[in-house]
Amino acid sequence: MSAVPKPREQLRMMIVDDSNVMRRRIERSQQNDRLEVVGTAVNGLDAVTKFKQLLPDVMTLDLTMPEMDGIECVEHVIKIKPDVLILVVSALADKATAVEAIEKGANGFLCKPFTDDQLNEALAELIGE
Amino acid sequence: MLDAEEVRTFVQGTVHFFETATGHPATVGSPYLCIDKAAVVQDYAGVIGISGNREGKVYFTAPRGMLSVMLMCMNETDTGEQNVRDLVGEVANTISGNARRDFGRNFVISTPTICDRTNAATAAATTGRSFIIPINWRSYSANVVVCLQ
Repeated sequence: MSAVPKPREQLRMMIVDDSNVMRRRIERSQQNDRLEVVGTAVNGLDAVTKFKQLLPDVMTLDLTMPEMDGIECVEHVIKIKPDVLILVVSALADKATAVEAIEKGANGFLCKPFTDDQLNEALAELIGE
Repeated sequence: MLDAEEVRTFVQGTVHFFETATGHPATVGSPYLCIDKAAVVQDYAGVIGISGNREGKVYFTAPRGMLSVMLMCMNETDTGEQNVRDLVGEVANTISGNARRDFGRNFVISTPTICDRTNAATAAATTGRSFIIPINWRSYSANVVVCLQ
């Protein structure tokens, strides 16, 4: 008798970017059927507030934002939900910034600009597919 | 003052942006020095303040028609004023942020300020000379302006 395949876990995703165009682009372009976008935020402060309510499993996070930047946001959300999976999506292309984000608790880094394929590959890798 | 190698960083970043984000390549003309920066500001400009190991501004300025078509190439259906202004800032942010690959993490970039023709002087308000990098994309012309001490 063959094993019954385990249903794939659905994951709730939050998109954080101060650019409306970028938030909509990520929501529109992500095609992973395990991911459901449950919320968006326009800066780090907004993200922390909404994170407490939504408790998403996955987060895409810009770094250069007003009010609170992405690095500080990582520090806050990791304390709220340590197992959240964070993909930093940023134009800051130096290695030191990527390393700092990972050290703070992010799980992946995608440099802007990106293609739809690059976004989906980065999200798939983030959730272990 | 920028040297030729540093100008090349912004040229390459601009080419990479258009190819990757819109799927349509841009061609870049020869960069030139400009004193009257207000003259090159088009319908909209996304202005990034630079601090840290360099001081100055980087901005991307383009006509509205170009920004609308860019949005459409990115599969964005809303080409209204808010998204046009948002996009011009995002382009400036991306080109400036990518420059950290060569300038390092102490090349600190601000969030974008958006200008239009009514306050073009704000975008152009920098000390020193600026390099203008002309961009041709489809049938449109735009500029990346780099003014760094």
